[in-house]
Amino acid sequence: MTDTLDGGFSDPVFAAQGVFRAVMDAMARPGSIRQLPALAAPPTPLTPAGAAVALTLCDHETAIWLDPVLQAARGAVAWLGFHAGAPLARTPAEAQFAIVSAPGDCIALENFSQGTQEYPDRSATLIFQIETLSGGRKLVLKGPGIATTATIAPAPLPRHFVEQWRQNGARFPRGVDIVLAAPEGIACLPRTTRIEPQEG
Amino acid sequence: MSARTSEIASYNFAYLDEQTKRMIRRAILKGIAIPGYQVPFASREMPMPYGWGTGGVQITASIIGRDDVLKVIDQGADDTTNAVSIRAFFARVAGVAVTTETAKATIIQTRHRIPEHPLGEGQVLVYQVPIPEPLRYLEPRETETRKMHALEEYGLMHVKLYEDIARHGHIATTYAYPVKVEGRYVMDPSPTPKFDNPKMHMSPALQLFGAGREKRIYALPPYTRVVSLDFEDHPFEVQRFEQPCALCGARNVYLDEVILDDRGGRMFVCSDTDYCEKRRDEGGVAANPFEPDEAAT
Repeated sequence: MTDTLDGGFSDPVFAAQGVFRAVMDAMARPGSIRQLPALAAPPTPLTPAGAAVALTLCDHETAIWLDPVLQAARGAVAWLGFHAGAPLARTPAEAQFAIVSAPGDCIALENFSQGTQEYPDRSATLIFQIETLSGGRKLVLKGPGIATTATIAPAPLPRHFVEQWRQNGARFPRGVDIVLAAPEGIACLPRTTRIEPQEG
Repeated sequence: MSARTSEIASYNFAYLDEQTKRMIRRAILKGIAIPGYQVPFASREMPMPYGWGTGGVQITASIIGRDDVLKVIDQGADDTTNAVSIRAFFARVAGVAVTTETAKATIIQTRHRIPEHPLGEGQVLVYQVPIPEPLRYLEPRETETRKMHALEEYGLMHVKLYEDIARHGHIATTYAYPVKVEGRYVMDPSPTPKFDNPKMHMSPALQLFGAGREKRIYALPPYTRVVSLDFEDHPFEVQRFEQPCALCGARNVYLDEVILDDRGGRMFVCSDTDYCEKRRDEGGVAANPFEPDEAAT
């Protein structure tokens, strides 16, 4: 019981503001890594960074989809319900946000809400709880928000991620946006970001 | 949590309640992810009239933190009613530091100018926007303009610019000059003089636009291509001024005309008061960071 009630932001107004500014800066400058000024202390398999982003952005207006690992974790589901007050989406297409605790096994990005051509903002934002932003395969990024190129190396990522991301970009202005939440900080991949082919 | 905990009734930090801030923050993120696209949001009543910058105020209230330094300008000036009121509003409801110096501000809320001093990476420029839809005066129906954006059908805007040329011999639009963002969305840069359009292109600062009455938020991430619409034989040009600022001698800056008497006396001075004061303090010799060749886009 106390597991459900504890672990939210200790100073909700300023924690949410600080975490939002980190997410906003990361979204505006894709590939840059931002430290979160405040973390949450959720039950596993939610992570402190992933849960902090969820508490900052989600509320009763936003349905959240959880990946199968999270759906099975009753403690995590109850914690999210109490602290964010967000309803759970039954299908990924109905969700404004998705929290993915095992990105390596994530379903294809095209299953999430892509928005419409008239309202491309009605698309899902995916929160990937990952292990590292620097220890995985190197991704060279280009696009709005990046002066020349940016490089991150997140892991784990969904299968065929580079090809899936290319298809996501081809759907522009529709498409999903991703927040990568790791222990070392967060980075974002808005739909406008292109992953450059690796040389060699 | 409240700005002043000693009082029984007090506002939340930065006036807005937390649920409203979350809703606006979500809209800002989608705006950044789709540069130039107008994201609908549930604009709130603010303690000031529509037209006073309620859209910009709601964005500023949703992003501002205790460590931010806020600058507010109205047509380039820090000392006009609108700018003074909004600065006082945030000093009171958020207790943040305020400044008139462009370089010291982390958030700059603006009504219709971009400061002459170049913006940096850590800065956010928040625009107050009256009519966010660039196609609105050409097509009054929202359902139609939305479809035109969806289909990337911007022929009407080019016809409007062409009619300018047919009637006046040149493109006569001087403010709210339409731009194309990253080759996709046509966007209204708010009623800034077209002189400022080149500063939007590849700016290192994040630019957020808020229209309170029209309930729209849009954004330009840093380092985003922003191209003013034009024709090959009538390329986009910014205003040129024949004389320098009468107070500080600056060239290649935007000037306001000041009427001095009723016999035709007039002077032209910098619209950016902070920039002008800085130059006069330094003896009027500071180099202009915006040389004309850099400004051409």
